[in-house]
Amino acid sequence: MTVTTIGSAQVHVDAEGFLTEYDEWNEDLAGQLAAQIGITLTDAHWKAIRFLREDYQAMGETATLRRVSTQAGMPIKELFQLFPGKPAKKMAYIAGLPKPVGCV
Amino acid sequence: MQRLLVLGGGTAGTMVVNKLRRKLSRSQWTITVVDRDDHHLYQPGFLFIPFGVYDESDVIRSRHRFITDGVELVLGEIDRVDADASEVLLTDGRRLGYDYLVIATGTTPRPDQTPGMLGPEWRKSIFDFYSLDGAQALARALAGFDNGRLVVHIVDMPIKCPVAPLEFTFLTDARLRQRGIRDRVDITYVTPLPGAFTKPVCSSKLGWMLDERKIALEPDFMVERIDPEAKKLISYDEREIGFDLLVTVPLNMGADYIARSGLGDELNYVPVDKHTLLSTARDNIFAIGDASNIPTSKAGSVAHFAVDVFTGNFLQHAAGRPMTGSFDGHTNCFIESGDGKGLLIDFNYDTEPLSGTYPVPGVGPFGLLRESTVNHWGKLGFRWMYWHLLLPGRPIPLPAQMSMAGKHQPVSAGGKS
Repeated sequence: MTVTTIGSAQVHVDAEGFLTEYDEWNEDLAGQLAAQIGITLTDAHWKAIRFLREDYQAMGETATLRRVSTQAGMPIKELFQLFPGKPAKKMAYIAGLPKPVGCV
Repeated sequence: MQRLLVLGGGTAGTMVVNKLRRKLSRSQWTITVVDRDDHHLYQPGFLFIPFGVYDESDVIRSRHRFITDGVELVLGEIDRVDADASEVLLTDGRRLGYDYLVIATGTTPRPDQTPGMLGPEWRKSIFDFYSLDGAQALARALAGFDNGRLVVHIVDMPIKCPVAPLEFTFLTDARLRQRGIRDRVDITYVTPLPGAFTKPVCSSKLGWMLDERKIALEPDFMVERIDPEAKKLISYDEREIGFDLLVTVPLNMGADYIARSGLGDELNYVPVDKHTLLSTARDNIFAIGDASNIPTSKAGSVAHFAVDVFTGNFLQHAAGRPMTGSFDGHTNCFIESGDGKGLLIDFNYDTEPLSGTYPVPGVGPFGLLRESTVNHWGKLGFRWMYWHLLLPGRPIPLPAQMSMAGKHQPVSAGGKS
């Protein structure tokens, strides 16, 4: 775990750049994290990001793509358009949450 | 009289009732288990059916035979759990009251959840092998398949026995080589994961094994639908993969009654504390085996190790004392790699599968994350252990908690899940 500077903020991140401290995240930071992976946040992006933040607080784990889709009512297809390539990973990155556990 | 009700008489449910019947006084506790039929399926054996190694008679026994005296087996379809009334309703109108409920109804492949899967090509060019009839149909199709594109595919995680699709791929490759037609078949392994498996050390080893066998890997593939006419898998990001024979692992979901009862997550798994398996919503409901949402493999070995911890915890909880056992997510799986060899992996919530030896450090006899003949015989021998030791709840000399002894630490020891 290392400390890095994003914008003017000092934050803790893991080897892949995912924030490791839930409370170090804020909405300004999200915009900067999104910009780093080439995404400009719109209302639709925010709907997904806010769901992820709230769900993590309730469940203690980063929601999977399917969970975002069913619980936040956003089709998976739309999530792929909003966060191209690897939506689950990109959403978690912008929301300042651990990468979702795919394995098991 | 206290009433323990267990839903599901499969691997986890059978072990739970057999272990608890020995611990709970017969004058103070009744134990009832509900299942829809009297067929206990040895699911790890399904993998071998497409290759003609096992047939139906190797994988089916009567549930009754494995449920100890003093436990009532009720056959019926579950309609829902009324947790407020502490009652389970069956579809035929019967009501079963409980003081404590254990949900052990597992997870089921759901081909209905992917558009086009259950279309005109189902069981013609599209197969699954996680159901007995699917595995049998696939055996016939594979025997007649001698050229073209064979695609092995996973819809989404989590799935039951997550290494089985890789094992199926390795066994298919070996069988095609034995038949002398491997060069006439293209094999592609299509997965929603970023690699062959998820945990890094294991994924790189298994990815290399695919490479070595000239099996193409298509990672990060989230299927949106199947076009049965064009015989194509189509992903959400609009990649297309054509097939002549598709062996798919449909979306896995917990039982629908769990959703109807308001006890499940988006895939009908019961949210529980991952160390005690107690429902996060109800203080008198546990979920064990594949039915819970714990973040480890959905596999019989997990159920086995979890039941060991659960038994003690249940007795404490029912006596109003704090639960002192903590399940660590311990899993171990044999992975068949073809040509009479196999690998073994052993891991938990916090430690990824590593190389080494098991269960005795430096000795084995089983090699971790490495191909050997002994591992293959371990896998075949496990069927005997399953029927004769595991289900009856007899002691197996393997500790429930994972051990680091005998495991090789990677340089950047991580693997935190």
